[in-house]
Amino acid sequence: MYFDLSIPSQLAGALLPDLILVVGAMLLLLVSVWGKESLRHARLTGLLSIGVCAITFAAVVWLWHARATASPGIIAVDGFRWATDCIVLSATIIAATLMIDYSEREQLISAESYVLLLLAAGGMMLLAASRDLIVVFLGIELMSITSYVLCGLDRRSSRGAEAALKYFLLGAFSTGFLLYGIALIYGATGSTDIGTIGTAVTGDSFNNPLLLAGVGLLVVGFCFKVAAIPFHMWTPDVYEGAATPITAFMAAAVKAAAFAAFLRVWIEAFPGATAAWIHPLQWLAVITMVGGNVVALQQKSMKRMLAYSSIAHAGYLLVTVVVANSLGASAFLFYLVAYTLATMGAFAVVIALGEPGERNQEIADYAGLWHVSPWLASAMAVFMLALLGFPIAGGMGFFAKWYVINAALRAPHPQTVLAVILVLASVISAGYYLGVVLVMFMRPRADNALVVRPVPTGTFLVIYLSAFTILLFGILPNGFVMLARESVPISMVNAPAGPPVTAAASR
Amino acid sequence: MQDFLTQINYNAWILPALLALPLAGALLLIVTGALSSDDGTLEAVPSARWIALLVFVLEFVVSMGLWWSYDPAGPRWQATFDHWWIVPWDARLSMGIDGISLMMVLLTTVIMPLAVLGSWTSIRTKVRSYYALLLVLTTGMLGVFVSRDMLLFYVMWEIMLVPMYFIIGIWGGERRIYASLKFFVYTMAGSLLMLVGILYLWNASAMPAVGLGQSFDYDRLLGIAHTHKAALWLFGAFFLAFAVKVPMFPFHTWLPDAHVEAPTAGSVILAAIMLKMGTYGFLRFAVPLFPSAAMTPWVRSTILTLAVIGIIYGALVAMVQPDFKKLVAYSSVSHLGFVMLGIFAVTVQSVQGALMVMISHGISTGALFLLIGMIYERRHTRLIEAYGGIARVVPLFSALLVIVSLSSIGLPSTNGFVGEFLVLIGSFRTHPFFTLFATTGVIFAAAYLLWAIQRILFNALDKPENEQLTDLNGRELAMMAVLVAGIFWIGIYPQPILRRMEPSAARFVSTVENGQSSMRTAERETR
Repeated sequence: MYFDLSIPSQLAGALLPDLILVVGAMLLLLVSVWGKESLRHARLTGLLSIGVCAITFAAVVWLWHARATASPGIIAVDGFRWATDCIVLSATIIAATLMIDYSEREQLISAESYVLLLLAAGGMMLLAASRDLIVVFLGIELMSITSYVLCGLDRRSSRGAEAALKYFLLGAFSTGFLLYGIALIYGATGSTDIGTIGTAVTGDSFNNPLLLAGVGLLVVGFCFKVAAIPFHMWTPDVYEGAATPITAFMAAAVKAAAFAAFLRVWIEAFPGATAAWIHPLQWLAVITMVGGNVVALQQKSMKRMLAYSSIAHAGYLLVTVVVANSLGASAFLFYLVAYTLATMGAFAVVIALGEPGERNQEIADYAGLWHVSPWLASAMAVFMLALLGFPIAGGMGFFAKWYVINAALRAPHPQTVLAVILVLASVISAGYYLGVVLVMFMRPRADNALVVRPVPTGTFLVIYLSAFTILLFGILPNGFVMLARESVPISMVNAPAGPPVTAAASR
Repeated sequence: MQDFLTQINYNAWILPALLALPLAGALLLIVTGALSSDDGTLEAVPSARWIALLVFVLEFVVSMGLWWSYDPAGPRWQATFDHWWIVPWDARLSMGIDGISLMMVLLTTVIMPLAVLGSWTSIRTKVRSYYALLLVLTTGMLGVFVSRDMLLFYVMWEIMLVPMYFIIGIWGGERRIYASLKFFVYTMAGSLLMLVGILYLWNASAMPAVGLGQSFDYDRLLGIAHTHKAALWLFGAFFLAFAVKVPMFPFHTWLPDAHVEAPTAGSVILAAIMLKMGTYGFLRFAVPLFPSAAMTPWVRSTILTLAVIGIIYGALVAMVQPDFKKLVAYSSVSHLGFVMLGIFAVTVQSVQGALMVMISHGISTGALFLLIGMIYERRHTRLIEAYGGIARVVPLFSALLVIVSLSSIGLPSTNGFVGEFLVLIGSFRTHPFFTLFATTGVIFAAAYLLWAIQRILFNALDKPENEQLTDLNGRELAMMAVLVAGIFWIGIYPQPILRRMEPSAARFVSTVENGQSSMRTAERETR
């Protein structure tokens, strides 16, 4: 299947999944205001939103399967886009499922939240597709503005309001950086099209201060969205203050989409920049990995701990950006699948055990969980070990780390030191991931501990299906490895190839 | 026997079967646990331990065929099995045994039923989970010993940590949480760098000139030539992983904690099998893969020095321990120092001796931990000073403790003697200076164990609590009978074992020497 993007109707065809999603979101908006405000009505909206995501998912898979290609244009039609779309849509489905159960527990009646989730997903899909900096900006804005609203969803919660305001102010600030960066790059190269920039930019053009500053600002903007240290200050408060399903959504999907756009811009628009900007990015990766893990060690609250852990994972993913070639991109996709499943699964357990008013979410509240609900504790242990990157028991998490380390070792400029720092940072993370396992399995159940309530069906499915998928593909990752490998588009493969590893290591 | 084994095509299926059988047992326990609503105490599910015992005995019986089917004069890898696993990365489920793996596999299958019997009455809560973890642990341990694929090896190496972590952390003593976390983090920190090393090797194994992609195959990786600097770094990464596991001084600090806090079976498995994985790793991977690095004079002498320090330090620290279990734990540091000495002395005799020490330390120390477990179950203390004069109360226990201790000391005609003697005479040829110091370890061993025995078994029976102790029962005697038989068999007639290990030991030595000489040629050429 071939799309000529200069013809509007064919451009619409290439945007089919995005259009389905956005039109679905608009219709759902009508549905959400139609009926009387009630939990039942909100639940219906939620189920419909899952349906919209599923249809979109099917459209994505269909286009992927048909091996659609397109002429160069403002959007990309390639495996990388489809793979990211699938991850984002799965995360949205999971978040909506969790939201249904969560709002029943919290008596939070907000049918509009599902519409916002869909719109955010629309922004993310646009980000995954964008091959033009203006489209990148549109995607980021659509995604961010809906996320700000989602954070403040629970109007009764002061922490939620604080989170929303904080996220909004800092987010708007960072968008300024991004936009200014885009403007400077446009000034330096005369284009916002990623392909055109890619041909205009060579290693020498970084003597041009305009371009240098532009790229720097762009990096800052992206690093804010993916919550890399030192641009992470908003993350813990926002993650803790937002409703837990929204936190899960932000930790997984927002990060995934922002990284996907970052990676594409980085590889396709600035192949020459990889040499000029490699050191700042390396340092960003190192301080994000180490800093995120060290601070996570201190956390008492489950949500805060997971927030810092997501920062640490942003550091691991930054390694794939440093590598900036096709191997890095496929490592990125594989990592994202494992990370999304594990993080959302962990948040699902937090929701299953939470009490109204977001209580019972301290790590200490999980003491002795194994004695009262062994399966829930075991699933949580799987998620923790997956985030730790442990083989078999942590399933896909191990191969995800493996993939990233391998990408680092085989980069054009081998990042052996970065790989070593990555594994050392993982050792630090053992302290808190195992800490959760330890609390659940080895400490006695407290006398005043709350009775674990039966897990609602949606949350139940999310928890055990994620755990099952992680374990299954942790034993036989063949399919995912193939998929991740094939999903990398030609435009990324053409990135400059490196010297063989042996030659580099003897230096 | 051989005919029968050939008839049932034993070699083709034995290794995967050995790995699958415990997993199936564990699955059975987990499924029955999920279906029933009892609280998992020993009273509620006495069947769990029987299932575990049955599986382990079956495992033992099945594995014994390897003893006869293994042909020392045959090819390097026997009972090989190969199946695709992760196709895009060319990782395979590739297994096989040589003389070294053979002994380690058999040691494992012998010790595991005893470990179940050792937990028979002492594990009273969550028994299904406990035995399921023991079974999973067995798969991991056997997997380490039979892997010929580096990724499979690494996965098995890591996967063992989880069951052991839970066994120590849930059923352990008072400071179990600290001990289990320390155990996990130490081992993982060591082995993650090895993962980077393995990945590096994998990438280096590609030979585009002859159309070969990357591979995890052990024999392929063995043939890669590294620059000296790369070899040193890689050896360092592997060294760290294995040195923590052995444990070598100064990486040993997790061991006393883990040993003391673990339940009896946990200590037995740790000492008898898991510590051997470290030395096995040196024999199989660290040294043969990077001989030029391992035999660099400063590396070699550093490791030998650490080994000798371990021998003497372990013995001296053991001597002053008030806790008998801790004493035995430190004695492991000392014994494993002999193994490291034997490996790095690189003579056929010393390597064979090292292997022998690995086996006999497994039997003797395993037996010691079982005996400590038995007396602890009766008296609920492991402090040496809490006992005294109990030889009169529990004669059978005392007799066995004396026999086992003497074998640990290395009395001639027991298993301990054969290994340490071979190590010492083998090492003396290449490193007389180090050997001289190492010999003192044997003397210290006699000092700390005999002194401890004197304070426990003899002296005056001055504590009224000790007068009511009951002697060993049938189950306990049966366990010890197996181990004592092993002690004397190896001590008096070690020939069948040595014969099976010799070709592998000789191959190890020649691999290292070849690597060394090629390094010298390379140096000469650069000059």
